Amino acid sequence: MEWETVIGLEVHVQLATQTKIFSGASTRYGAEPNTQACAIDLAMPGTLPVANEEAFRLATMFGLAINADIGKRSVFERKNYFYPDLPKGYQTTQLDEPIVGAGSVDITLDDGSTKSIRIHHAHLEEDAGKSLHEGDFEQGMSGIDLNRAGTPLIEIVSEPDMSNAAEAVAFAKKLHSLVTALGICDGEMSQGSMRFDVNISVRLKGEEKLGTRTETKNLNSFKFMEEAIAMEVERQIDVLEDGGTITQETRLYNGDTKTARAMRSKEEANDYRYFPCPDLLPVIIDDEYIDQIRQQLPELPAARCQRFVEEYSLSEYDANILSDNTHTANFFEETVAITKDAKLSANWIMGELSARLNADEIAISDCPINPTQLANLIERIKDNSISNKIAKQVFDSLWKGEGESADAIIEAKGLKQVSDTGALEGMVDEVISNSGAQVDNYRKADPDKRPKMLGYFVGQVMKASKGQANPKMINEILLKKLNELL
Amino acid sequence: MHQYTIAELITGLREKRFSSTELTQHYLDRIHTLDKQFNSYISVNEEQALASALKADERIAKGESGDLCGIPIAHKDLFCTQGVKTSCGSKMLDNFIPPYNATIVENLANAGAVTLGKTNMDEFAMGSSNESSFYGAVKNPWDTNTVPGGSSGGSAAAIAAQLAAATTGSDTGGSIRQPASFCGLTGLKPTYGRVSRWGMVAYASSLDQAGPMTRTAEDAAIMLNTMAGFDAKDSTSVDEAKPDYTATLNDSLEGLRIGVPEEYFQDGLDNDVATLIQSALAEYEKLGATLHTISLPHTHLAVPAYYVIAPAEASANLSRFDGVRYGHRCDNPSDLMDLYKRSREEGFGEEVKRRILVGAYALSAGYYDAYYRKAQQVRRLIKQDFVDAFKQVDVIAGPVAPTPAFGIGAKSKDPVSMYLEDIYTLPTNLAGLCGISIPCGLTPNKQPVGLQLTGNYFAEAKLLNVAHQFQQQTDHHKQTALND
Repeated sequence: MEWETVIGLEVHVQLATQTKIFSGASTRYGAEPNTQACAIDLAMPGTLPVANEEAFRLATMFGLAINADIGKRSVFERKNYFYPDLPKGYQTTQLDEPIVGAGSVDITLDDGSTKSIRIHHAHLEEDAGKSLHEGDFEQGMSGIDLNRAGTPLIEIVSEPDMSNAAEAVAFAKKLHSLVTALGICDGEMSQGSMRFDVNISVRLKGEEKLGTRTETKNLNSFKFMEEAIAMEVERQIDVLEDGGTITQETRLYNGDTKTARAMRSKEEANDYRYFPCPDLLPVIIDDEYIDQIRQQLPELPAARCQRFVEEYSLSEYDANILSDNTHTANFFEETVAITKDAKLSANWIMGELSARLNADEIAISDCPINPTQLANLIERIKDNSISNKIAKQVFDSLWKGEGESADAIIEAKGLKQVSDTGALEGMVDEVISNSGAQVDNYRKADPDKRPKMLGYFVGQVMKASKGQANPKMINEILLKKLNELL
Repeated sequence: MHQYTIAELITGLREKRFSSTELTQHYLDRIHTLDKQFNSYISVNEEQALASALKADERIAKGESGDLCGIPIAHKDLFCTQGVKTSCGSKMLDNFIPPYNATIVENLANAGAVTLGKTNMDEFAMGSSNESSFYGAVKNPWDTNTVPGGSSGGSAAAIAAQLAAATTGSDTGGSIRQPASFCGLTGLKPTYGRVSRWGMVAYASSLDQAGPMTRTAEDAAIMLNTMAGFDAKDSTSVDEAKPDYTATLNDSLEGLRIGVPEEYFQDGLDNDVATLIQSALAEYEKLGATLHTISLPHTHLAVPAYYVIAPAEASANLSRFDGVRYGHRCDNPSDLMDLYKRSREEGFGEEVKRRILVGAYALSAGYYDAYYRKAQQVRRLIKQDFVDAFKQVDVIAGPVAPTPAFGIGAKSKDPVSMYLEDIYTLPTNLAGLCGISIPCGLTPNKQPVGLQLTGNYFAEAKLLNVAHQFQQQTDHHKQTALND
């Protein structure tokens, strides 16, 4: 039997506002528990919410970036359920009249083709607090930290347009790149700034009706998301092939143990009794406000990619990689501004720098080498001060913080390329006089084969120079001297 | 001193005939002596009151005092008072001491008003008789076998027994006007959005409005001058210019068009009440007003619409009382669900539970359209009735409640008959308009009856003018329950 997978995402994005969506408390991450929860966040009796305009501005930016209609009338509703980290006993969210209507996001697939993923809508809502089960609590007690309660979120709901884990991850990454480029979210996934709920169902190929779906909640890394989807697709197919049926349920994936479990089934689901929040009047947004925000939109990844192709003559492929992440794109442009060599700068960022960041699991925003340092390194390559090989050595030293600049490291370690003809001739002479047999072979060899045999001598000279000899000059000198012996 | 209106007290204080400290001590003494009979206060804050009175006297001495400086008042116990228990008449909040003041509490305190204490009320403002309080029923000072009305029954009884110069109340479906009627007072429910709701514990957010309860319309105007105003902390507060409500009290009523809704004089209206209302209307004709019969055709739908919308909002508003952060928590909960269930079971009274259940039901999947959505549609129709009516008339007059104060226990076992008490007051809240109850005489049984005047949006000044002129012409408002 051949199966196909249908995936839709619900993505919670924490908006980068200074204060909460309905109170003046700070949204800063990492404070001592309950130090950033005011009377409103604690749902003290008689307190009232006042909507944070900045949250509307950031949500509107997102809507414009995905070419969605902006809700001219935006209504908050109360979603009622009891939970200790939900102080009011309801979450203030949006339902029928959200801030962002239908839009779409294009993703690039592995084969280079693009696919459009439709966004059903995106709505504004408040985050809940956190229950703490481990800590210095009395037996049987849990703690509640309400610092996060009231942090503004947009929940982005996609259509079920993805058909495998790779597409879902590409979509998630695209959203990440979009919201960070817009500056509406810090993108710090490990701090919960973006969280993904994945709706998954499978059906036989050719079947039109959607299968029963499950929802795996609260994934906070692309890797876990990929793993969780693969595991859930396999589980559903196994169940169906064994003649079973899929239960509509909420599931949790544990990325540490690589296991998943059902949390609650649909039958146990709450009736949330939504109704419009009477404490908050509908927010009316006019065209002037929207136009104003449109004019302030930063350059988005797609436009930046196009500009990279045109302005720097990069290939579509390179431009796409470099523009996808705002920090990478900024790094690239800052480097090029100094080196004036887009191709070489691109190669170094996509090659050595990316490899090293991946290996050490560091985000480019935390890169130990800054664009000025990389540009300095690239300039020394361009002016033949160092070879590519030495450059990698210098890069490694910069990464480890062994010097302030490429220049300082080259100087301190004496890595400057030897381009002095006299010195190089001396090394060549010595290699030739020490390689009697090889010189004999060279002389006797068919002239067509001689260029290949040159490699040995080049290697010996490089070795003698500890890699610092200018390879182009060695070649010239060797050819001249060997030909004199013919 | 306790017989004076605020206006008279202001003169007395300015002329140094007595100090705020003397005045405050006098009221405190009366409360200690008399309130056992009426149960109008939940808490009395003697020390704080005397300290504020002392400060007020200093301000008066320096000549920097405002109108309310040194005037002893009391707050309904749903207005948060910093450092002072705010119970909402509920066991749930019997231990709740807010770390902040309600905006109106703050405004009145800044003006120099002295807070004597917190007044009794129906639990979470749910009731029309003040029998649902955790602190016991309040008794009507005119006849202690009858109810004072509700839910601001303590605030009403406190003035009727002259245990405060003025009080604050809240009106969600008539909770200021109906007790004012039952206790022979002036009670004003301002336009929705006129007075900040910040710090007023919510019952039904789209209907709740705070207002003053006083002896006279002039006093109500003085109180409203300080209570009203835009508040950035309340999103439903309206940024509308605030007039000086005392400035137009003496405007002539010549040519005033008074609408008399035919629907307010049909079955169910007590004959004694009807007679007193008719004679009040005749009084207005003498003042130069003209009477116009109008129709508010959806009046009969106000009770069912209100008793869907208000409980629906309440069901969510009262979810925060979960035993987790403040308020009543059950002993030794076995798990989270047990904590929720027993804390709420023990903390809430019967009427509150009934309204939470009704509200949750009306919002449930499958019932929302039939109840909540339908009720909101009805609400729009009721509002439209008034919009149409105010094209023809300046104010609308009628009874506040179908009967005078009823006996304690008479309706407490029959929620529906209790709900019908609110039939003439609910439409004002559903439409968001302002309304006032003023005394218009006593029944043969010596029970006070109130005349209700309903005004257009933000027409409080007009309403107070119309009420004040009546009080210049009559002495119903000077009748007192106690003759000491």
